[in-house]
Amino acid sequence: MNLLTSMGALPLLGALLIALLPAANTKLIKQAAFAVSLLVAGVGFAAAFGFDRSVTEFQYVERFSWIPALGINYQLGVDGVSLILILLSVILVPIVILAGWNESENGRFSVKTFYVLILILETMMIGVFAATDVFLFYVFFEAMLIPVYFLIGGYGSGERQAAAVKFLLYSLFGGLLMLASIIGLFVISGNQIGRTMDIEGLSTLQIDATTQNFLFLGFFIAFAIKAPLWPLHTWLPDAAKSATPGTSVLLLGVLDKVGTFGMIRYCIELFPDASRTFTPLIIVLSVISILYGAFLAIGQKDIKGLIAFTSISHFGFITLGIFAMTSQGHAGATLYMLNHGFSTAALFLVAGWMISRRGSSTIAEFGGLQRVTPIMAWSFFIAGMSSLALPGLSSFVSEFLVLVGTYTRYPVAAIIATFGIILAALYILIPVQKALHGPTTPGNENLPDLNKREIAAIAPVIAVIIFLGFYPKPALDIINPTAIDTISRAGFSDPAPVVGGNK
Amino acid sequence: MTSENLVYFIALPLFSSALLMLLGRKADKWGHIFATLVSASVFVLGVMEFLAMRDRPEESRALTQKLFTWISVGSFNVDAGLLLDQLSIAFVLLITGVGTLIHIYSIAYMSHDRDRRRFFSYLNLFIAAMLLLVLGDSYLNLYVGWEGVGLASYLLIGFWNQKPEYATAAKKAFVANRVGDFGLSIAVMIAFAHFGTVSFGGIEEKVGGASETALTAMGLMLLLAATGKSAQFPLQAWLGDAMAGPTPVSALIHAATMVTAGVYLITRSNFVFDNAPNAQLAVVIIGAITLLFGAIIGTAKDDIKKALAASTMSQIGYMIMATGFGPAGYAFAIMHLLTHGFFKAGMFLGAGSVMHGMNDEVNMRRYGGLAKFMPITTITFGLGYLAIIGVPPFAGFYSKDKIIETAFNAGGVQGIIFGSTALLGAIITAFYMTRVMMMTFFGNKRWADDAHPHESPFLMWAPMAVLAIGSVASGYLLYSGKAIVKWLAPVVDKHHHEHTELLPPIVVSALAVTAVLIGVGIALAKYRGELSATAPQDVSIFTRVARRDLLQDDANEFMFMRPGQKLTEVLVKTDDKVIDGMVRGVAASTIGSARGMRKIQTGYVRNYALLILLGALAAFVAILVVTL
Amino acid sequence: MNPTNYLYLSAILFSIGAVGVIVRRNAIVVFMCIELMLNAANLAFVTFAKMNGNLEGQVIAFFTMVVAACEVVVGLAIIVTIFRSRRSASVDDASLLSR
Repeated sequence: MNLLTSMGALPLLGALLIALLPAANTKLIKQAAFAVSLLVAGVGFAAAFGFDRSVTEFQYVERFSWIPALGINYQLGVDGVSLILILLSVILVPIVILAGWNESENGRFSVKTFYVLILILETMMIGVFAATDVFLFYVFFEAMLIPVYFLIGGYGSGERQAAAVKFLLYSLFGGLLMLASIIGLFVISGNQIGRTMDIEGLSTLQIDATTQNFLFLGFFIAFAIKAPLWPLHTWLPDAAKSATPGTSVLLLGVLDKVGTFGMIRYCIELFPDASRTFTPLIIVLSVISILYGAFLAIGQKDIKGLIAFTSISHFGFITLGIFAMTSQGHAGATLYMLNHGFSTAALFLVAGWMISRRGSSTIAEFGGLQRVTPIMAWSFFIAGMSSLALPGLSSFVSEFLVLVGTYTRYPVAAIIATFGIILAALYILIPVQKALHGPTTPGNENLPDLNKREIAAIAPVIAVIIFLGFYPKPALDIINPTAIDTISRAGFSDPAPVVGGNK
Repeated sequence: MTSENLVYFIALPLFSSALLMLLGRKADKWGHIFATLVSASVFVLGVMEFLAMRDRPEESRALTQKLFTWISVGSFNVDAGLLLDQLSIAFVLLITGVGTLIHIYSIAYMSHDRDRRRFFSYLNLFIAAMLLLVLGDSYLNLYVGWEGVGLASYLLIGFWNQKPEYATAAKKAFVANRVGDFGLSIAVMIAFAHFGTVSFGGIEEKVGGASETALTAMGLMLLLAATGKSAQFPLQAWLGDAMAGPTPVSALIHAATMVTAGVYLITRSNFVFDNAPNAQLAVVIIGAITLLFGAIIGTAKDDIKKALAASTMSQIGYMIMATGFGPAGYAFAIMHLLTHGFFKAGMFLGAGSVMHGMNDEVNMRRYGGLAKFMPITTITFGLGYLAIIGVPPFAGFYSKDKIIETAFNAGGVQGIIFGSTALLGAIITAFYMTRVMMMTFFGNKRWADDAHPHESPFLMWAPMAVLAIGSVASGYLLYSGKAIVKWLAPVVDKHHHEHTELLPPIVVSALAVTAVLIGVGIALAKYRGELSATAPQDVSIFTRVARRDLLQDDANEFMFMRPGQKLTEVLVKTDDKVIDGMVRGVAASTIGSARGMRKIQTGYVRNYALLILLGALAAFVAILVVTL
Repeated sequence: MNPTNYLYLSAILFSIGAVGVIVRRNAIVVFMCIELMLNAANLAFVTFAKMNGNLEGQVIAFFTMVVAACEVVVGLAIIVTIFRSRRSASVDDASLLSR
């Protein structure tokens, strides 16, 4: 059974179905979109349950020849890392649809278009993680930009068009560099093993150091823009400030993960030697990202901008974990991708509700919300605690794994990165104090608390955050084999403890 | 030995806390009773475990329980495991015992608050987190409890967070604690990198093979963690502000239990510190600085809760100092911790009782002569007072006396310096506590016009009475026949060190009692007469500095807050102007060059034709040049 | 007769056409000048065909004529439309692109 293709095609079919529905009946359109996304999530869970956790090869493999002259295949398959990210995507889409039930109504395009775009985006997200052919990956990678561009530019707020264009140009620039590297790989593979774009085939290539460095950079810059890593991050705050909360969730929660996913799947697998060469530089950039993102988050006056910068800090942790080249760092980084998806989703969704109620996204405009809207305030608080990696919530496990994994190889970087946890307390508690505590700001006395639909949307996210904090084993079981395998194939092994273990 | 029951210590209060939060207002009617019953049942469980443990032979007293595999990646394996040994049971009894008393007290104290149920939910959360802290069998499990109590403390300090300064106090406490957590994180990383495990047992096994540098680094990081949680120098500034929380919270969290977690951490890590003498010295120095620092602040505070908070800081300084003396001191640190738990919690509850009767007035200059109106409060507070200053045979005498003795016995110049510091601390303690007593319960009335002091209801004074009994008897009970030293020896003194005695105990006791008498004497002389209802302003620079908490906030502001804010501002500007500026610069230069190129497009056909012709000619010439 | 002379004639005709396109304003005249250039090229093609003794140049000349005919159809239509809307056949009046 072509599980991955079915999962990927379902949202596309759903989009087609919605396109046929009458545009005036917005309620039906929303329900249909929600139902489709739930169905996709169901297929996603089926894939997770059927996944064999004991092997490291790609599973659910599908392969059809697509452009035989160039050796390009339509080729899908998942390992632990991609499965986790696909799961994250298919869980977040229905939540985003449910949470942002009304955010499609003030756009430049119709309500129908919004849901068609969201479902197309879901197809692209599944495709980009499932593709095991570099060219197919590239197609999804670039095609993904189109729905997001329209979602930001068409339904956002503020300077939405400028933000959408900035996002698009940044991403296209990175994509172009990546395309150049892909062509390079194609030429080399043609000379060595016959034309192929299959990543398992490509990873066997023997590439000399200089070429490898250039090809690596092409991929890495594209991914560092996506992730985003300092100093290639400036598109993110603008995009996050302008997009609707739902779009921001998908943008930061899933799309940006394509960058960090790409670093694992493409940069390290295809160019292990170049990865080793550039590791010190990337570690430095990651540490800068962590602290820089945190400081800028503290300085933000806009709540969406604040969340965007916290994400830059968190992505610093993820890249740090990836390039620490230890199994703890790698598994931690992958788990961090999952956890960051949920905690950012929670933050953005609640922030979105706060903004739509208050009519402003300036933090200072809120105040005393804990008395007025306790459920909303608590949701925000828990999401914030997850963002600052409070033990018992999911982000702690991943953040600590990243730090401990980094420390065994790069103690100084790990110690500097740990300063991030102090700054995290500041960038979360300052908005918590301004928005939730203190006397109620005039004009906020009668804000309504979350309604049942909104509670239904946020409750599963918070449940996942708490559950994975206490019991991350289900996720780690999927991630571990792949993480350990990636590290060993890149030629690294975990540093042994200083005091010999004769256990 | 393994056990199946340890998990209930944490699960029960955690469940109760979550239940009260999720049910919301529906649980308003019975929430406080339910929470108190849960706390009491955990206490009963603790007592049963204690009795069972006492009956077992020494080597099989420790109980362990593995719940599930928490984090497992490669060689990094952490189980959610619990460990109940001689050290943890002492804490379990203190936490649940004092905790239950304070639950009972709060039923009455918070009876007029519309959010009483939320308050009890937080209290249960705190109990759960604190029990996890002392029961965790590895540094990472401890870390969860460590931050959990920080969260509970944050929520409780900010319980009345509609007042901005209370919300700020809560935030300050959390951030200061996070600085400490930074240390704990690094310590765990060092542990894993060196030993390949983070469990207490695993590290203890391998500790002999580690270099002293590594152990010193780990010890210093653990000390940093302890300074954050236990309000020790230089992270002490949050404790005074934390008094913003309701008084029962100050009694439970910021006097009896949470702030002593640092002492627990160092005692639990005895295998690290015993092999890192430099780290031990740092511990002693930090303890000595803080015990004086807190005591000096205590002499200048007019806010009764802040005076008690300063005293807590100082007393924990004693405990930290004692842990720094290694196996000779751990047992006494824990003993002082337990007795302090009784008398300080009792005094805080007494302060709450006074505030309850005086319209929430906290300024001692507005008290005076309350003994007549609040006899029970006066007696219970007075017993606590006698205990803290160390009058024989009250509890504090035994524990503090032993710490002073241990300090002198450290030997050499160090012994004399630290011993004298501890003695000086005892003088100041006696002084400021006498001052609190005199200003509150005796002397002239300086009340506000609408004050009608009255004794508190039974539910409030009963816990105070129980704690007062503890303040009287706990010292003797713990020390008779060196009970606590023998009890804790399997955990903190496995190798049965011989402890030298440089000064005979009786001499030290005499010195300590003399110190107390000096302190009380000075205070009596100074605060016997009529006092004014406002604080005198024409005071020496020293008093002013002490009133400003020895400039701790000013120092933090000058060294961290201002530069931090400046850095943030600069970075925000840099991001906008420089980094994003470059991006916008690329866009602007593209637009600019397009503007320039547009001038060529005149719209006149002949211009285009001419350009085409010129282009063709140029191509022609180029071909000619190349071919010729 | 020396076939080179035909080439000279072709070059002269082409130059006249080119100058005409550049200096004249009337659209019809410009148009005629373009035709002149095309035919100059045709003349060159035919000459080359003669010189080389094959038919390729001739074929291309026919091809050019067809293209020229198409161009006349489209071009005249545009000129007529412009004349109708602007009452002028001056190409300078139609400099819309610069605005």
